[in-house]
Amino acid sequence: MNSIAVNARSIRARLGNVEILHGVSLALPNGRWTSIVGPNGAGKSTLLKVLAGLLPHQGSVELLGQPLADIRPKKRAQRLAWLGQNESTADDLTVWDVAMLGRLPHQAWLAAPSEADRAAVEQALRATQAWDWRGRTLGQLSGGERQRVLLARALAVQAQVLLMDEPLANLDPPHQADWLAVVRALVSKGNTVVSVLHELSMALHADELVIMAAGRITHQGTCSDAATHRALEAVFDNRITIHPLANQWVALPN
Amino acid sequence: MNLRRASIIGWALLGLALLLAALGVCVGSAGFENLLGPLLNPLRDPEQYAMAHQIVWDIRLPRTLGAWAAGALLGLAGALAQGLFRNPLADPFLLGSASGASLGVALVLAAMGGGAGTLGGAMMSDGTAFSVFGTGWLVRLGLTGAAFGGAVLAVLLTLALSRGVQHTLRLLLAGVVVGVVLGAMTHMVLLWSPESMQAMQAFMLGSTAFVGWTACAVMAGVWLLASAAGALLARLLDGLSLGEATAHSLGLPLTSMRFALVAVLALATGAAVAQTGLIAFVGLAAPHLVRSVVKTTHGRLILLSSLMGGVLLMAADTLARGLIAPQELPVGVLTAVLGGGYLLWLMHRGTRGGGISL
Repeated sequence: MNSIAVNARSIRARLGNVEILHGVSLALPNGRWTSIVGPNGAGKSTLLKVLAGLLPHQGSVELLGQPLADIRPKKRAQRLAWLGQNESTADDLTVWDVAMLGRLPHQAWLAAPSEADRAAVEQALRATQAWDWRGRTLGQLSGGERQRVLLARALAVQAQVLLMDEPLANLDPPHQADWLAVVRALVSKGNTVVSVLHELSMALHADELVIMAAGRITHQGTCSDAATHRALEAVFDNRITIHPLANQWVALPN
Repeated sequence: MNLRRASIIGWALLGLALLLAALGVCVGSAGFENLLGPLLNPLRDPEQYAMAHQIVWDIRLPRTLGAWAAGALLGLAGALAQGLFRNPLADPFLLGSASGASLGVALVLAAMGGGAGTLGGAMMSDGTAFSVFGTGWLVRLGLTGAAFGGAVLAVLLTLALSRGVQHTLRLLLAGVVVGVVLGAMTHMVLLWSPESMQAMQAFMLGSTAFVGWTACAVMAGVWLLASAAGALLARLLDGLSLGEATAHSLGLPLTSMRFALVAVLALATGAAVAQTGLIAFVGLAAPHLVRSVVKTTHGRLILLSSLMGGVLLMAADTLARGLIAPQELPVGVLTAVLGGGYLLWLMHRGTRGGGISL
């Protein structure tokens, strides 16, 4: 098993005429949860899209030891799952149908869902507590409920690496805790999770933190490391402080 | 639950189509006349039977079935467009494809016409008639091909102008601009070839009056092809509804899929426009009407929208024939009035949720 899940070197990426990432390099450990944090406009979501192969860029990205560009799309989709922000217009599809779309990378063209597909979808819907609404359409759900269904869709892929961009959007605190439990369960099974989060206290639950500012990585380290805390405080102009609380770390405004 | 509801609606639409077909063959310039009676009892009055048979078989049945086929093609094209562009306003007309198809037909007509005008067309230099409503296979296939080419070009032009499909307002404006420009070009072509003017005028108002069995066969063939392609691509449309990035992350071949869908959309629109002229809003209204009664996957939505489009145009065509009989209203005018009202209602409802919001 590769010790590095995603390895990026000298990544430069543009949105329109503006260069957002200025030569970013990072290695994300396999079987761990890494959170990417930083102020607005730091390039976090852009970096995540590059790592998922969703954005043209300069530089190289390797997924589980293989250049991302050399992996066929379907194979890549089996190994790497993506959960983006506010993209879905699938309001007419049922929760079950949406989660089943996560199985597309595993299905032959026009093939009916297999038992394995059904089992994966059920497992994902139960993990996000969306099983009871499987017959409802996405349009009938609240923002938080939709987010849980979309998370189930990403989990149903059963990929080794899961990339999530702001997955806690619209989730209330109890369901943020449920999300945390899902991520912990994935990591304990050896999966790699990479999330972009703006809730710093949630991000500090991760194993590793990647801190970004102005299109560059300013620090990468474990969440319990004092150097990581100092780097995090610095990137927010020391307007926050990291405090210990009940065996965890929380970021509070000064 | 949704599956059962979808199949009930599908059967209901098929039943409604049969009823409308029976009604359609009985409505003509004299208003409603029961031709089914003499047809079902040929021995009672052989003379009346022969007349009814001729009217129904030669004129009204191909026309009625042609209206269904054209509506089914437009409904299918509308569902594909709305799924492909992830936009509830996408429609063969609002994307400019129908105007492109119309320009294609006008160009062919102008190129072929060289002499005195005939009904719906022009007399070629060798003396044979070339009509936009001609019933020959070559004429129908040639016009369908020209309409298809024009429709493809128009959609590509709209997409290039709107720089993608994500902004509803930009897409709508680009479609309107392309439609207006191509419409103006069609008129310029007709000025250059005045003998085609009268035929094209009827064509541009939309009419099923000249649909014969050949046109029916062309539309039926294209409908089968487009339905099969729609079924093949439906799951990809479901994936695309999760968003561009997610669809890409699922390994879906987005580029080739888009080309295939634009081709099917243009073929369906082109085939309908080439046989019946410009008939607006059926492609927009049919998927919305289906979605208002059942929420389902694209596989079923495409089929149901097609069946709904067929029923809508068949009903509009029957209405257009009988409303001011013995005069006949061009069916395109009727669908434009009814469909325009429906679009306004959708937009109004959008401000309160559930409809279209720009």
